[in-house]
Parts: sequence; structure tokens; C-alpha cells
Amino acid sequence: MSWRRLWAIVLKELRQLRRDRVTLAMIIGIPIIQLVLFGYAINFTLRGLNAGIADQAGTAGSRALVMDMLSSGVIAPVAVANTPAALMEMIRRGQISVGVVIPPDFERRRIDGREVAQILVDGSDTAVQSAAAQLAQTPIDSARPSLRAPLASTPAPAPISVVSFYNPQRLSTVNIVPGLIGVILTMTMVLFTGIAVVRERERGNMELLIATPLTSTELMIGKVLPYIAIGLVQASVILALGIWLFHVPIRGSVLDVYLATCLLILASLALGLLISTRAQSQFQAMQMTFFVFLPSILLSGFMFPFAGMPKFAQWFAEILPLTHFLRLIRGVMLRGASLWELWGEVLALAVFTLVMMTAAILRFRKRLD
Amino acid sequence: MSTSIAGDADRLAIRARGLTRRFGELVAVDHVDLDVPARRVYGFLGPNGSGKSTTIRMLCGLLTPSDGQIEVLGLQIPAQADALRPHIGYMTQRFSLFEDLTVRENLEFLAAIQGVPKSRTKRRIDELVDQYHFADRQKQLAGTLSGGQKQRLALAGAVIHEPELLFLDEPTSAVDPESRRDFWEKLFELADLGTTLLVSTHLMDEAERCHRLAILDRGRLVADGTPGELTAALAGRTFLIDTADPRRAQRTLVDVPGVLGVAQVGTSLRVLAGDDKGMIQRMDEALAAAGQHAGVAPAAANLEDVFVAATRGGVTGAGDREREHAA
Repeated sequence: MSWRRLWAIVLKELRQLRRDRVTLAMIIGIPIIQLVLFGYAINFTLRGLNAGIADQAGTAGSRALVMDMLSSGVIAPVAVANTPAALMEMIRRGQISVGVVIPPDFERRRIDGREVAQILVDGSDTAVQSAAAQLAQTPIDSARPSLRAPLASTPAPAPISVVSFYNPQRLSTVNIVPGLIGVILTMTMVLFTGIAVVRERERGNMELLIATPLTSTELMIGKVLPYIAIGLVQASVILALGIWLFHVPIRGSVLDVYLATCLLILASLALGLLISTRAQSQFQAMQMTFFVFLPSILLSGFMFPFAGMPKFAQWFAEILPLTHFLRLIRGVMLRGASLWELWGEVLALAVFTLVMMTAAILRFRKRLD
Repeated sequence: MSTSIAGDADRLAIRARGLTRRFGELVAVDHVDLDVPARRVYGFLGPNGSGKSTTIRMLCGLLTPSDGQIEVLGLQIPAQADALRPHIGYMTQRFSLFEDLTVRENLEFLAAIQGVPKSRTKRRIDELVDQYHFADRQKQLAGTLSGGQKQRLALAGAVIHEPELLFLDEPTSAVDPESRRDFWEKLFELADLGTTLLVSTHLMDEAERCHRLAILDRGRLVADGTPGELTAALAGRTFLIDTADPRRAQRTLVDVPGVLGVAQVGTSLRVLAGDDKGMIQRMDEALAAAGQHAGVAPAAANLEDVFVAATRGGVTGAGDREREHAA
């Protein structure tokens, strides 16, 4: 590995980019146009949300209520807690997205006609919010008609209140903007690197390069470095516009937001390089990019809720870097989580990058055959 | 010119034995043996598709041979291809520098990639800019240069690290005659400075300039030697025919036993015959029998004749091959 050769590649890429006005315009144009389009246009119902239950009453009536909620299929219980605070903590860590709290004085409240239960919602995902609203409609005692008789005289209660954390006004832009960083970066980063290497093959530059002492590692890393900077510029444009136009909050640390972004950029660039070692033409590189890009948009949880997908689709989505990035960025920006608390996603992105980069370097032969 | 460096004649820059490359069913290069002496301009002559580029790519380690041994500058290729790269320059058939970088940026990039010491880079680039007449075009984008200028820049780039061995794959195919002459002068300057050059071409006049050359046809090495040796071997086999109706005379002559090729050159015909005795008499008789008046005279052989003789071998009559000449 020679630093001088590496730098020569980086400098060459930057010089070429500086003269490519269309690409330069796209680097800034794509995020702006997509943010405005998606931000104003997209609105998102679902089943099987991970739920935590805190039944502090523990009476037959409260258990019946929980069973009614579960039978709706909207939530699936994965955790049991004693206090609402414990549920909130689980939501913050991304373990559950819905918490059901039934207070100790459940029976009393029911007789008084006050709110009998509370649903805590991870508002960083709008789809979860609308599901919670649906849960709140659960009739208190439809399953127990015997209980209804003594209550017939009281006015119909507003039985269950919904508390949405992190996105109280249920703005879908609030969760689209962080996701959009991921979508735009996935598209541009994979495409740019995919094309960057193939273009040199098409133009005949590669035949010259492989006849020189330049190594595969120098070439690959040299090509990736300038695009990390470009990715960060794009992320900044989206964040700035998101805050200015849509008032998207950054509740976690800005450093964590950028670190998470760097992880996605690296993963996408490594994937782009792998594509470029395979594609014979720029057109093929573009097709392969879209082969990755469409499932990323559709399966990662950006467009459709992850929890609503069939198991095999979920497994597939776990391979996509965007899935992990969305969990990271929503966690950091909307729930104020730290990267350390979301270490599993960080690890997944790092492993993805390492595997793809190694495969790209191994696949890139300094040969024409 | 060849006598002045006769002392080096024994040293080989390239030695290949049984070099073969298959692409599926196609045999692009078929058991080629090569001995390229050091410090000479060695030519590869052959029509398009004769395996010149494939051979060059194998010799510089870019393609793995299907079969055969290669030794370049004492290194086994492709096993030691990485060790060879710093010592070779390779000028591809297509312009392979970056069209969206300037002349100077291209040279700076190559200097860094080829490991020209940092302290010498600026001086070396200034030197090349001067030698290759780019003084007033340093800031011009390479993509906007003319064909001849691009070739000059490509050559400057290929020699930036002063390689011992330079491969040039049809370097002048897109260049006007004036630029070609300048270009060849540069090549001889390099050879005088001690560089070994291997140049592929399909142009006869370029082949004639080489110290030695190999003729390739459909992947096979059909002849090699100095241009003088190659043409001398055809002594007494080439004729010039002066006739009022060259087209008719050509149709008559191709059927004469022993005639390998007939080509029209202006108003006369050039005939290449096999190694038979009494060809002049035989052709005279055939023309007379056909009722044509023509004068048949011996002529000095040129490389075109060598090429036709080598590629048509013992085949009598030229009608079975459409391709008249490589040029």
C-alpha cells in the first residue's frame, strides 16, 4: 500500500468530479428534490408490533382487556414489565414499539368511567401511531358481556388514552426525513461507485491502470474516499432542509447522526465497488444498483413497516444496510438513543462493509481475463 | 542502424515458447515462439484479428496464457507479473489516459502511480512536456487533443518512469502520416537510449522501419527476421507486369500454376510466385494464349510480398482468399 498512489487516485477522482457538472448538480439536486417530494407526499396500518405489557391491576377484567387487544393482532407481546417507566426504557432501546399500561386502580377507574389504560407508542414510526389509535378503540368489555350490566347506567367512557412519545403530532415527515438520508445515500453511493470503476473499464483507462504497479486495494480505497465526503455533504443537505422545512428534531447527538451516516456510506460504497467488479457496462451497473435499491426502499422499513412483513422478507431485509441504518438513525434522531445502545445495528453495518469490501478487492483482478 | 548495437544482439528482452491463448473455441494465439532482442524496435505485423493485441497483453501479464512459457526481462510471466510492472510501459491501442484531466494532470497522475520519485517528478514532467511539444497545451483537457497529440501524450505517459521495455499496440492507427513520422522518430530515440520496443502494426511502411519483425496471421507466427532477411528470401519470386488492361491480365494470371498473389499497383500488376523455375516464361505464355500484350519483368521484393508469401504459404492461386493485403 503506497500512500502516494492512493492519494493520486483520490486526487484524480476529485479532479474528474470537479469537471463533471451534471454529477455535481445531482449530488445536491437529488437530496433536495427527493426530500421535498417524499416529505410532502408520503403518508403511511399494520400488525404484529412488538409490545410490552405492564398490567399493574392484575384483575380478571384487566387480563380480559389485554387479551382483547392481543386478539386484534395489531400487537404481539414480547415483554412484560411492572412499571410504565420500564416500558418507556424498552421503547427507547427499540426493543418494543408499543407499551400497554393498565394502572393498579383499573377496576375503580372503570366504574368511575375514567380512562382505564394507557398505550405508549414509539412515535418515531408513524405507522405504529396509527396502530395504537386502532388499539385504543378496543371495547373494554366486549368479551365479558356479564360485566356490562352493572355499567349500563354510566356514560360511555373514553376508555384508553394513547400517549405518543417522540412524535406527538404524528408527523410522518418527522420519520421520513431520517429515513430519506438513508434512501438517498443508498442510491447515490452505490450508483456512483458502481459506475466509477465500470466507466474506466469502458473508456479503456483500466487497461492502462492494471499494467502499472497500482494495487487493487489502492485503487478501490482511492475510489471510495472522495465519495465519503460527498455522502456527508448530501446527508448535511437533507438534515438542514429537514430541520428547516419540516422541523425534524435531532434528539440524540449530532456526532452519532454523522457516525451512523458514515457507516451507511461505507456499506453502500463497498457494495457499489462489488457491483463494479461484476458489471461489464455502466448500464449493467445501473441495473444492478436498482436490483439492490428497490428492496432497500420497500423492505427496509422506510416505506412499509418492518413488523408487517412476512418472516422471509424480514430475514432478507436484515441483509440490507438500509434496514439497520433506519433503526440507527430513527433511534438517534427521534428517540435520543446513543449509538452504543444500538450496538447491534452498528455491528451489522460494519460486518456488511467488511465482507463487501473484501469481496470487491478479491474479485478485482489485475488481469483482463 | 542494426550494426551499431550488434554487441547486444544476444541479450533477449522477451522469450516466449509455445505461447497459446484460447477464447472458448477460438484460438487467438497459436503456439507462438518469440525472441525479442534488447534495445531494438521489434515489429508485430499482421491484419486485424491476427492475435497481435492478445500476444502483447500476455507478454505484459494482463492476460493469462492458455499454454506456453514467457520470460520477460528475466521474469517468468504471468507468475512474476507484479515484479515486471515497474519495468514496462504499455501504450494501449485505444487512448487510455483520462480525457477529463489536463495534459499535465495526466502526467502527474502517471508519475505518482508509476513511482517516479517525488523530487524528480516535476523535472521529469517538464522534460516530457518539452520533448513531446506540449509546452503551450499543459492545461488543455486530454479529450480535446487531436489524434496525433493524443498518441504523443500516451507515449509520454508510457515512458514517464523510463521503462526498459515498452509495448505499443497499434500506436499510430488513428494518426496522419506527418504525425506518424514524428512518432517513429521518438521511438528510435527511445531505442537509442536503450529501451526495447515492441510495436504492433498493420502498416507495411511501419513494419519496414523495425529492426526485426514477426508476421502474425490468424494467431500463428508465419515469419520472423529483419526486414532485409525477409525480403531477401523472396529474391526471384516477385514480378512487375506492364499491361494495357491490368484487370483482365490479373484474371489470367491468378490461374497460372505457381502464382501466389496478384495485386494491382497503379496501371501495373505485382505478382508473387512460388519458388518455381521459369515463372516469367510461364506467365508470358499464359498472357499470350489469352491474347494479351504484356511485359513481365523481375522486381525487388517488399514486405507486402513477404506478408502475402507467408500467409498464403503453399496455396496456389489467389482466388480462395478474399483478403488481398493487410494494409
